[in-house]
Amino acid sequence: MTPRPSVAYWTGFAVVLALLIAAPLVLPEFWRRFVTEILIWGLLAMSSDILIGYTGMVSFGHSAFFGLGMYGAAAALLTVRPPNLGLAIVYGLVGAAVIAAFVAYFSTRLRDIYFSITTLVFAQIFYVIIFTWTAVTGGENGLTFRRPELAVPGLFSIPFTSNTLHWFVLAVVACSYLLLRRITRSPFGMVLQAIRENEPRTRAIGYQVERYKMVAVMLSGLFAGLAGALYAIQNKFAAPDFVFFLISGEVVVFNVMGGIGTLVGPVAGAAFFLLLREGFSRFFTEYYLIPVGLIFTAMVIFMPQGLLGFLKRRLNQ
Amino acid sequence: MLALDDVHTYYGKSHVLHGVSIEVGPSEVVGLLGRNGVGKSTTLKTIMGLVRPSQGRVRFDGRDVAGLAPHHLAHLGIAYVPEDRRIFRLLTVMENLRTGLDRRGVTEERKRALLDKAYAHFPVLAERRGQAGGTLSGGEQQMLAIARAMMLEPKIILLDEPTEGLMPRMVSQIRAIIDVLHQDGVAILLVEQNVPLTLEASQRVYIMEKGVVRHHAPAADLRRNAAVIHQYLGV
Amino acid sequence: MELLWDQILIQTVNGIVTGMILALIASGLTLIFGIMDVVNFAHGELFMLGAYVGVITLANTHSFWLALVVSSVTIGLLGAAIQVTTLRPLLGRDPLTTILATFGLSLVLQNYALWQFGPVARKIQEPFTGHFKLFYLEYPWYRIVIALLSAAIIGGLWLFMKYGKYGVWIRATTQDRIMASAMGIPVPRIHTLVFAIGAGMAAASGVLFGPLVGVNHAMGLDWVIKAFIVVVVGGMGNLGGSILASIFISLLEAYASLWVSPAQAVIVSFVVLILTLLFRPTGLFVPTPK
Repeated sequence: MTPRPSVAYWTGFAVVLALLIAAPLVLPEFWRRFVTEILIWGLLAMSSDILIGYTGMVSFGHSAFFGLGMYGAAAALLTVRPPNLGLAIVYGLVGAAVIAAFVAYFSTRLRDIYFSITTLVFAQIFYVIIFTWTAVTGGENGLTFRRPELAVPGLFSIPFTSNTLHWFVLAVVACSYLLLRRITRSPFGMVLQAIRENEPRTRAIGYQVERYKMVAVMLSGLFAGLAGALYAIQNKFAAPDFVFFLISGEVVVFNVMGGIGTLVGPVAGAAFFLLLREGFSRFFTEYYLIPVGLIFTAMVIFMPQGLLGFLKRRLNQ
Repeated sequence: MLALDDVHTYYGKSHVLHGVSIEVGPSEVVGLLGRNGVGKSTTLKTIMGLVRPSQGRVRFDGRDVAGLAPHHLAHLGIAYVPEDRRIFRLLTVMENLRTGLDRRGVTEERKRALLDKAYAHFPVLAERRGQAGGTLSGGEQQMLAIARAMMLEPKIILLDEPTEGLMPRMVSQIRAIIDVLHQDGVAILLVEQNVPLTLEASQRVYIMEKGVVRHHAPAADLRRNAAVIHQYLGV
Repeated sequence: MELLWDQILIQTVNGIVTGMILALIASGLTLIFGIMDVVNFAHGELFMLGAYVGVITLANTHSFWLALVVSSVTIGLLGAAIQVTTLRPLLGRDPLTTILATFGLSLVLQNYALWQFGPVARKIQEPFTGHFKLFYLEYPWYRIVIALLSAAIIGGLWLFMKYGKYGVWIRATTQDRIMASAMGIPVPRIHTLVFAIGAGMAAASGVLFGPLVGVNHAMGLDWVIKAFIVVVVGGMGNLGGSILASIFISLLEAYASLWVSPAQAVIVSFVVLILTLLFRPTGLFVPTPK
């Protein structure tokens, strides 16, 4: 019987949520956008945490799921008139799901480092396909399109303002978080964690480890695709750069910096990284990755549990 | 020369050694007996730095050595022959021996002399010197493991169950080597399941049970008093 | 039909040349993995920095060969420094941490190069020009020389590993780190040595390859993936395997680029990787353990 989460937890959650809701009302446009981006990258990092933090599988392929969510949404927004929000999201999810199924099938038989390298290779395969199939994907230049309206079919349809877009993204991310939390605390989630702790023993007990892993990859891929779709909607473009494996690497950086296995840690990690990037860019222009990279490497060595790692037990209760 | 003082060692959460105290003097052959799983191998591993004790002291030649890396201990004069031999399977016999020879301050003549000594004691190794370690039989690998340790010219050799799984002929060869080493002034800490051999070869014997030393006596006493052996080892 | 035959011939030689360079990079990577279980994500950057050091040395001394030596030694030392500061503290921890640490380093090194040298590609001049007749075609001498040099370096490595004192120590440590230590081999120093050798070889590869492509801060990225693929296909830790795999994959890619663009030809190596992992996961050229 998993213990009820504490009052402290829910209070914390409510406070953070309130701050995020208030954000667009108090922050200048630039920072408002910044917070929205943090949420989207945070969602991507959360999806990655399902694999890294809960199942113990380090994936470098999340850029592929993210990218396909992005391009999937782009496809919906370019081919269906008028551009439809729901459809964009669905297309994005389907795109990511298909790829996730593909990756899941191949990679779950592999352990550790072989799995990681394979996911990296898959990400690159999709990158190459997207980059070179100019007719469909716009190649190097990517695709641009219009943002859909916030629509509930039959009820209303209003264009997004920057504030409502932010709240929409916040709503999606918050719900995703709650849903993922529910899943990690469910029996299914427990098995995933058992796999991370001791795979051979979990297998010996009788669990079909491969099946669980496949579901984990699909789940992870779906939410990553959702993040990609949101990104497309927010920014109105899709580009192959986001499918390049370095993006996956950055996602893993968010996870580790924030604390794997906590779900919120990666979001904090994303925020931390993006803030550092913003801050250092002022001084180092485009070479911000030098100090940020150094900080990250130092964290891996000296602070491997990440920023929120110390909260891991409490957050998972 | 070698002294363990109230050593506690854990494997993960498992408390394996509960305060082991053992001493080995220069050139002594000391036996360590006990049933399977009482912590005999762990004691040797703790001495050799393969596991760190959580408590207690390990002293060699007067200095504290607990927590030092194995290669330091090898330089100080402790050699280790593990239970599963662990020779370098893909290296030739000769190369296996070389790992102990290629130390600082050893002249070429000295290396030659040591090698010749090894081949003299273990003619089978001379025959197979160009063969990969993994192709040797179990007994031959045991010889190689001991010869390899001898190349370090150690002050003490930690022997973990050297006669396990060997034919009687090879067991006597091991017995002979222990004597040779003893005559050369090398101390030996001998962990064994073979009680008669241990009692014959050692001067003193410790008997362990559940992670502590329960009994300690000169081997001569134990040879006369079989009851103690029965009590702890059920033999 | 005759036209195709020419091209196949050229591509075969190209494939072997590229394969040898890739082999130089991959040997270092597989050695490092074999001995200390470290997947060095920064290996491509060592290759890239090697090329840059080559550019600078060449500019100052006008000697290609000196550039090769200086680059290998400098980057070898850099590798040693990296191993001691960043990887030694991680010994014994989860292998994931070394991947992450080297990934972080690769970001730092790449951007450092961008910062110092700018985004415009530099060129390394070939030490000599001139073509020779390969059957009825003109083929640059230089490429053949690269392949031979790479082979020589790898051959030198093999000899060192087989007969040198440190070679025996390295092989012993790779097989059984603990017993190697128990035999008095200073394992931490051996790790540093191997990392330095791997780094030096990657750097040499960068200088040798420099005249063929432009030298820029991102050149490591393509190679790091290829090198990983080669290492896995060849069998992790298996030196001979990675050399064979390098040539095999480079040949396949060279042939593939007869039909598709080079950017797409890389998919060949990805496919080989996936097939290997599915059917012979210990390595394509390694007999499957019974």
